[in-house]
Amino acid sequence: MILRELSEIPGVSGDEHRVRERIWQAVRDRVDGGRVDSLGNLITWKGAGKPGPKVMIAAHMDEIGLMITRIDNDGLLRFRTVGGIDDRVLAAKAVRVGPDAVPGVIGMKPIHLLKADEAKKPVPEQDLVIDIGAASKEQAEQVVRPGHYAAFSTAYAEVGDGVVKGKAFDDRAGCALLVELLALEFPFPVYGVFTVQEEIGLRGARVAAYDVAPDLALVLEGTTCADIPETEPHGQSTLLGAGPAITVMDGTNIPARPLVEGLVAAAEARNIPWQWKRTAFGGTDAGSIHLSRAGVPAATVSVPCRYIHSPCAFMSLRDFENTRRLVAGFLEDIPGIAARLPGA
Amino acid sequence: MSARYADTARLEQFIRELAPAYGPSGHEEAVRALIRRHVTPLADEVLVDRLGSLIALIRGAGGTDARRIMIAAHMDEIGLMVTHIDDDGLLRFAAVGGHKPATLLGERVVFADGTVGAIGAEKLDDIKDLKLDRMFIDIGAAGREEAAARTPVGSTAVFHQEITASGSRLIGKALDDRSGCAVLLELMHQLRAHPSPHDVYCVFSVQEEVGLRGARTAAYAIEPDLALAVDVTAAGDTPKGEKLNMTLGGGAAIKVKDDSLIAHPWVRQLLVDTAAQQGIPYQMEVLPYGGTDAGAIHLTKSGVPAGAVSIPTRYLHSPVEMVDMRDVAAATDLLVAMLTRSLEDPSFR
Repeated sequence: MILRELSEIPGVSGDEHRVRERIWQAVRDRVDGGRVDSLGNLITWKGAGKPGPKVMIAAHMDEIGLMITRIDNDGLLRFRTVGGIDDRVLAAKAVRVGPDAVPGVIGMKPIHLLKADEAKKPVPEQDLVIDIGAASKEQAEQVVRPGHYAAFSTAYAEVGDGVVKGKAFDDRAGCALLVELLALEFPFPVYGVFTVQEEIGLRGARVAAYDVAPDLALVLEGTTCADIPETEPHGQSTLLGAGPAITVMDGTNIPARPLVEGLVAAAEARNIPWQWKRTAFGGTDAGSIHLSRAGVPAATVSVPCRYIHSPCAFMSLRDFENTRRLVAGFLEDIPGIAARLPGA
Repeated sequence: MSARYADTARLEQFIRELAPAYGPSGHEEAVRALIRRHVTPLADEVLVDRLGSLIALIRGAGGTDARRIMIAAHMDEIGLMVTHIDDDGLLRFAAVGGHKPATLLGERVVFADGTVGAIGAEKLDDIKDLKLDRMFIDIGAAGREEAAARTPVGSTAVFHQEITASGSRLIGKALDDRSGCAVLLELMHQLRAHPSPHDVYCVFSVQEEVGLRGARTAAYAIEPDLALAVDVTAAGDTPKGEKLNMTLGGGAAIKVKDDSLIAHPWVRQLLVDTAAQQGIPYQMEVLPYGGTDAGAIHLTKSGVPAGAVSIPTRYLHSPVEMVDMRDVAAATDLLVAMLTRSLEDPSFR
């Protein structure tokens, strides 16, 4: 099952190639062509010769993770985060390091020296280490090097009623959706773009959008979902199980209103449950896509993920399926939606 | 007060028409429609680009010295977007553009359909705890259903405040940057009486307040040889105010630097020389924060020499912004003078 597989492959920002290879295997028979650009984006297309509008659908392949910065003499590995990770979710987590996926654990050092008040504060990442069980620097260097990546090693599993846990649902959920959507046929050109380095600045999407030069774009994401105790309703962002989340505004993009209205109409017409994304923080590839060249109207639809940007997130399979249905419906409605965009 | 070129009465009329209009970042359609009516008889070509910016081209008389010049003023104003509706019908919001919580408390806001709301806050132990996520808009709805029907999630409100005059000064909301848009409209009128050799792209941009976005994509399409933003700047002439050079009534502010741009020295000097030669009152502007459309324009493609002519404004991003019409007229005069002179190549070595 593509969502399971994609979520378990390590692919931290800048190191997406394994994810890309698996995705290409899955889509190569569904598209007319594909190429990898200089940053590593996988750009696929179908119906390039058809009349417009030219639609770009993007999902990012990279996940948040860690990069080894130094190996200490005692064989412990120093690291820095790649992408936004709260210090508090790091301690005592299991990771896999380097191209050989060496198992390790993030430990705090020196834990036996922590005073009572120190124990109350989160340990900053600079004071954490990854322990791969090496007794010395030389031993560690047999299997890892500074510059190697470490990814969380959470396994995918179903928990509860139609809920799954795993790592990297942000944004392997979007990637899995795009893989499924590329099986459909469209009357206009569709570019399915699997981007790199979203988590460190929406970078891959910027150059991919320049290359593809679409008329409009839709970004598929995993988003924040904080429907947990002690969070005010207006800070919850989305609710697990309430359906795909439509962005009205985030920190990098105000989606063109015809696209937002088009998404809502597509959901209502097909009786698909949906919700607003109720916070305006964060950003997605739409942030860099919409400012490409002379401008591209762009919107984002997301699958809610509890505990996003942590080693283990929760997602509802019903939300995943409803997001797929919503985007498929939106794509059917594109000709009418595109006619209402500014400059049309 | 008489300006060298600008029709000050018409300038003020433009501001009084444009400033009250509804147009937060991302939803500038109403302002664009008003501007388009004025612009259509004055321009050779008018188009709306893909993010919604209005671009009006006045072709120049031509000549060996003729350039492509982009002048940008932004149509959008700051606003508050509804992100969540409480069970009791109160609206939680996120800022569209820069807002300070203290400025909002007790203010009236208005939505696109005319619905008016009051801004309230949760009970606080200490006013220092006042933050946007502890505030809400109250439209007087009976509950969530009514509120959701009238102002659904995604609706955006702007300050509800009329424009009033006091002497040579105007007070009201959205003078940032409807006064710049007014300058641009008056400039277009003056270019009929004083034709320019240059192709002048008058760009009424979108989404400046959320990151100079419309200007970036408009500049990409236009590829200007020189660009100027017309926007407001702060003023340093209030009690224990910021130590800034700009004062109301001190003339058109010629930007040296803000956080988004170091004005191209050649452009800046041209503005200073032009103002001095033609007796247009001016003042130098250094703003230790903030940005304008020129910040985005100058980094487009392989770069654009850019500067800005600014209108000093008190109480920025509040419902009671204040400008002096003498400065607005001087800014217009300076732009007319700039566009009707020849521009030599910059020897910036």
